[in-house]
Amino acid sequence: MTRYFTEDHEWIEVDGDSATVGITEYAQSQLGDIVFAEVPATGATLKKGGDAAVVESVKAASDVYAPVSGTVIEGNDALEGDPALVNNDPEGEGWFFKITLSDTSELDSLMDATAYKAFVDGL
Amino acid sequence: MSEEEEFELEPIEILELPLDAWHREKGARMVEFAGYHMPIQYEGIMAEHIWTRESAGLFDVSHMGQLMLTGDGAAEALEAMVPGDISALKEGKMRYSLLLDEDGGVLDDMMITAAPMGLYVVVNGAVKWDDMGHLREHLPDEITINHMEDRALLALQGPKAVDALKRVVPGVDALYFMEAGSFFWGPKTDPEPLWISRSGYTGEDGFEISVPAAHAKTLADQICAQPEVKPIGLGARDSLRLEAGLPLYGHDMNPDIDPIEASAAFAVSKRRRAEGGFFGADRILTALSDGPARKLVGLSVEGKMPVREGAPVFAGDAQVGVITSGGFAPSVGAPIAMGYVDAGHNAAGSALEAEVRGKRVSVTVSPLPFVPHHYHRKGANT
Repeated sequence: MTRYFTEDHEWIEVDGDSATVGITEYAQSQLGDIVFAEVPATGATLKKGGDAAVVESVKAASDVYAPVSGTVIEGNDALEGDPALVNNDPEGEGWFFKITLSDTSELDSLMDATAYKAFVDGL
Repeated sequence: MSEEEEFELEPIEILELPLDAWHREKGARMVEFAGYHMPIQYEGIMAEHIWTRESAGLFDVSHMGQLMLTGDGAAEALEAMVPGDISALKEGKMRYSLLLDEDGGVLDDMMITAAPMGLYVVVNGAVKWDDMGHLREHLPDEITINHMEDRALLALQGPKAVDALKRVVPGVDALYFMEAGSFFWGPKTDPEPLWISRSGYTGEDGFEISVPAAHAKTLADQICAQPEVKPIGLGARDSLRLEAGLPLYGHDMNPDIDPIEASAAFAVSKRRRAEGGFFGADRILTALSDGPARKLVGLSVEGKMPVREGAPVFAGDAQVGVITSGGFAPSVGAPIAMGYVDAGHNAAGSALEAEVRGKRVSVTVSPLPFVPHHYHRKGANT
């Protein structure tokens, strides 16, 4: 399994042609207390860079973008009852959705962990 | 070949307030607000909000404009632009009021205190320059406006604010809600007078302290050294005032809104209702007797999804209002909102819907405040 990152602070962990998507530790620290998360419905078709989910802090609503194109297999229902999972375990239990990738070559444009760390350090 | 002139716009300089470095030392995340670098949060909005409701929070509100109006007849002259009974204010008493434009639209909300020197007026940071221009234009030349830029303004808010502040500034516990006075602070050999009021914008008991900028850091350190006190950012200030049902100028009020629409009829004093003589009096007094066409109301929100500023409000297919402030309310444990709703749909209990990202969410007109006020009122038993 390989984990990739976007400049919009999503992570995507790829296992064959399916993947799990969430927001990074850096993203949750910038957002602050998460009070609501809206995940995509199973079967929804996502386009790379398009709106995929919504995460709301006390202050504001933010979009979560699809790191790659694909079809949603599952949204994380646990976020509805406990949106703070995104704060407490953003890169684990606080995942947003799982998808099947429609074009694995889209992964080529994403960053690996080392590149993402350098990207965040430069912000 | 066409020649186009290129304009290099100078970036507008974001200014620093006296406690800028102090906030950064305390771990604040700074944002631009009202033209200044301001702390949005320290440890987190939720924790800071709850801490203020249960103990005491120190807010830096030095971006706000502190004005002193002096000269004979300042109160009477100011009454041309505000609907409150300012000339009846006794020394050491303060009043919430609204600055009106010529049509009775709200240019700002403000606190007016009868101080020994004159009228001490605190206005919102984002519009303070416009306010001063409006005041200068309409006040007689004999009235002097002193913008006290050399002073910082701190707010200490919460049920334990009095316990903490009276250790630092003895005697402040004698003040009741909406009273103010001068208090000595510091070494007995060289005390510094502070102007302190028992007021604030969180719905809790608390104080607002005007201090010379040069002493702001020392005072903030002394207050924060009290075990009840933590520094609190603008984020929690916003969620606290929303729960308290207090409007935020520029969001819940603007020049298109009159005081009656803004549900601020209480700010139109009895004598002024009888006598008029303020900007927009005809429009405002008519709205007072006939009822406003729309009104600022509280809205409780079903479910967990926040409903925020700009969301339209519907009764069936018809849009009957708009949200002007909304978010998650930490002390309520649910989203809440305020907004303008048309007459016929704005009575408490009215069931409406707001639209968020194309989806309808049930909202109910609810009485304000969402969280009861805990002011230290004179004559109250608590």
